[in-house]
Amino acid sequence: MTPQEMVERALALSTNDGCVVLVDEESTANLRFAGNTLTTNGVARSSRLTVISIAGERAGVVSRAAVREDQLADVVAAADKAARDAQPAEDARPLVEAGPASAHWDEDVRPTDIGVFGAFAPALGEAFATAEAGGRRLYGFAEHRLTSTFLGTSTDVRLRHDQPTGRLELNAKSADLKRSAWTGVSTEDFTDVDVDTLGASLAQRLEWAKNRVDMPAGRYETLLPPSAVADLMIYLFWSAGARDALDGRSVFAKPGGGTRVGEQLGTLPVTLSSDPGAEGIACAPFVTAHASSRESSVFDNGLPLGPTDWIRDGRLEALHQTRYSAELSGLAVTPAVDNLIMRGPGGGTSPSPSLEEMIAGTRHGLLLTCLWYIREVDPQTLLVTGLTRDGVYLVEHGEVVGEVNNFRFNESPVDLLGRISEVGAEARTLPREWNDYFQRTIMPAVRVPDFNMSTVSQAS
Amino acid sequence: MRQIDADFLELPLRQLADAALQRARDLGAEHADFRLERVRAETLSLYDARLEGATDADDLGYAVRVVKAGTWGFAAGIHLTPEAAARVAEQAVRVAEVSAPINREPIELAPEPVHAEAVWVSAYDVDPFEVPSADKVALLADWSAGLLKGADHVSARLLQVKEQKFYADTAGTVTTQQRVRVHPKLNAMKAGESGFDDMSTIAPPVGRGYEYLTGTGWDWQGELARLPELLAEKLAAPSVEAGDYDLVIDPSNLWLTIHESIGHATELDRALGYEAAYAGTSFATFDQLGELVYGSPLMNVTGDRTVTHGLATVGYDDEGVRGQSFDIVKDGILVGYQLDRRMALMKGFGRSNGCAFADSPGHMPIQRMANVSLQAAPDGPGTDELIAGVERGIYIVGDKSWSIDMQRYNFQFTGQRAYRISHGKLAGQVRDFAYQATTTDFWQSMEAVGGPGTYVLGGAFNCGKGQPGQVAPVSHGCPSALFRGVRILNTVQEGGK
Repeated sequence: MTPQEMVERALALSTNDGCVVLVDEESTANLRFAGNTLTTNGVARSSRLTVISIAGERAGVVSRAAVREDQLADVVAAADKAARDAQPAEDARPLVEAGPASAHWDEDVRPTDIGVFGAFAPALGEAFATAEAGGRRLYGFAEHRLTSTFLGTSTDVRLRHDQPTGRLELNAKSADLKRSAWTGVSTEDFTDVDVDTLGASLAQRLEWAKNRVDMPAGRYETLLPPSAVADLMIYLFWSAGARDALDGRSVFAKPGGGTRVGEQLGTLPVTLSSDPGAEGIACAPFVTAHASSRESSVFDNGLPLGPTDWIRDGRLEALHQTRYSAELSGLAVTPAVDNLIMRGPGGGTSPSPSLEEMIAGTRHGLLLTCLWYIREVDPQTLLVTGLTRDGVYLVEHGEVVGEVNNFRFNESPVDLLGRISEVGAEARTLPREWNDYFQRTIMPAVRVPDFNMSTVSQAS
Repeated sequence: MRQIDADFLELPLRQLADAALQRARDLGAEHADFRLERVRAETLSLYDARLEGATDADDLGYAVRVVKAGTWGFAAGIHLTPEAAARVAEQAVRVAEVSAPINREPIELAPEPVHAEAVWVSAYDVDPFEVPSADKVALLADWSAGLLKGADHVSARLLQVKEQKFYADTAGTVTTQQRVRVHPKLNAMKAGESGFDDMSTIAPPVGRGYEYLTGTGWDWQGELARLPELLAEKLAAPSVEAGDYDLVIDPSNLWLTIHESIGHATELDRALGYEAAYAGTSFATFDQLGELVYGSPLMNVTGDRTVTHGLATVGYDDEGVRGQSFDIVKDGILVGYQLDRRMALMKGFGRSNGCAFADSPGHMPIQRMANVSLQAAPDGPGTDELIAGVERGIYIVGDKSWSIDMQRYNFQFTGQRAYRISHGKLAGQVRDFAYQATTTDFWQSMEAVGGPGTYVLGGAFNCGKGQPGQVAPVSHGCPSALFRGVRILNTVQEGGK
């Protein structure tokens, strides 16, 4: 049974008022390595059917893996029953009406496999040899994933999205593991991954780290590279739900009621946006909701997604909305999108400084590599804590002069928007902390004059 | 004792295993194992006593893991026919062959006695999947409605999991297991003059069935009745004054500190660098085994996969190793690590202590955490007695925010509520607190350990590790304990306000 056939048969089997069917076909291939050798490697396939049955204003959701043809009727019947037994849903709205079906709806799924690393794996082997000869050790992970999502509804929506997701994390350490450097890239197919160049950049950073400088906790002028900015902005993005703001329980709640949409969050004209069609980080152009939650509604499946500014020129423009929450807030329907882009004053049209130029423009400050173990401390301000990782460098008079110890920081990404003093050129980047969940970002480096390094971490 | 569900046993477990293992043997694999899993999870989410979201999902599939030419190969499939299982075995062998040229460490496994036809089921009375969802929603709605009398908003969530595993390997071990776990949690939020705050229940997730919600293992009525008053007190409480304090930490908070600063730090794969690029390494390096002063002489920590109702409790791990209990820290000294079969042989332990786990049929087993627990002092004091011994301190209850560095040195935790201790007595709640320390400093500052009467098995469903990312359930038992001179932060000041 093909995914398309599964969608049609499940829709036909449902006896309730409406039905939404999602089929997710996923294939993955991965290589993991440590100490210049492979550790665990594998390939996997999965298939998941989600049936969302609608009975009036009630919804029932049943999701099953590896469903055989003879099991389909039972799954649909279970969803139908769950809907009839459920309470009326607050977010109930008419199912989305059909537009044109996806042009490639009928095409076969073409899974990924270990062959995606055909050119990459030998290059990685050479990088192991180069690192070994240079007294370095390489650690990391390469993964390619292809997810094909088929969405069909009883209102004749037939939409499909094929999402390739690739990522490489490369971590180099000195033989005594005292010095560490990291880089990561996101890719659609690994043909654009240059392991040699990435390995060389890590070797240079390990050289920087040979001059060790101990510094105490405190507030420092700090250059955050794109990966670190991505991790902080992703957390802000995840916290930007309209429902929580309306209920007065998030940083985006207005004291006394309502949301902070329309409020200026920062003085620099920074824009934070999403765009399903963004080059290199394209993602699903329609809503796929496998369950209702604070942030999503199963009734919204198939809603078109378009370019959305969450923050424009430093002003909060939108929060994640379902059709239900948009009615409550009186704001536009702006569901979350699976990518994130941050741009500075130039908005991508006028020259912005490169990270190297920002280093050159620094008299005394810290240059970070990435952030780690970021966790929320106070939802009221969105204060988060976390660690610096894999290289904190001291910049003196425009040059990197050595490596500094790691720190624990306590900062709010919302508060930072009001304190950023410079925004660099944006580039496609892989977030370090959150790349298991969110890979598609374009981010700039930023300068913060007084980043709060709360305490020293002994970790290296 | 409960039995393994008949519809799982009716799956073609043996036929698939036989086909896969035979094909792996035919293709020259030195070792092969086959694991078929069905993991069913139901989540119910309510907001202000109304159902907000419900999911009922399962994951069904199987995996073949091989060692060929001294290299791991792994593949996972979903089609339940012997022919498909044999093809997955071929894929696993191919992955090993593709990887072998750049593998520099030959894979060998520590021997394990053959466990033929072993069956194990966790300890629970009522299968939560046999209780109608409407009944569960009604109970959560009733609890939520009670809390709403003292809160602006209430969220409630019930996670339920049933995990079924069939394992067979080329040595002859065949195990079939089933375990159940549940995690109910409610949160009340209220706004006051100084902003909003919230408080969650501190009932831990457990390896029990639905009976956990109906009077067995936790006093839900008692906890829910107190929550609104505790939240009101918290909202009116003063902001904590930053500085060094003596801490009495309740087991509802201390379990998470144990998890992060002992549990992960004593995973041998981390200590050897296999997680270096992701989860991180450990300050507790292998060369310090038997010598590292981890904590005060009162500190005794065990790893365990056998404790009743433990979330990491199993009969056999995902490499066919029988569940065991073992020492990790004894009298304050590091004496053991958590192992899988490969590392056990590599480092001369002889036998694995059974800590291999995969969270789904699509993932390869890696070394995951046992129930790592701090032992109570046999004749130790109660929590009140610990508090009585503090002149100026803080008593912390319930877990909330947590973060620790990639070598498990530096950590920062908050909690659901904290009380000032003055002259041996509780003197009201304080807000905006976090405690921050270095692992060995913290555990060496432990001056007193509570008695068995204070011991609670805490834990979590969602411990993350590995790439591809995997989540594992794990419990941590501990008593209340007293720590001297720990740094307390004021989180509002940390935010620059």
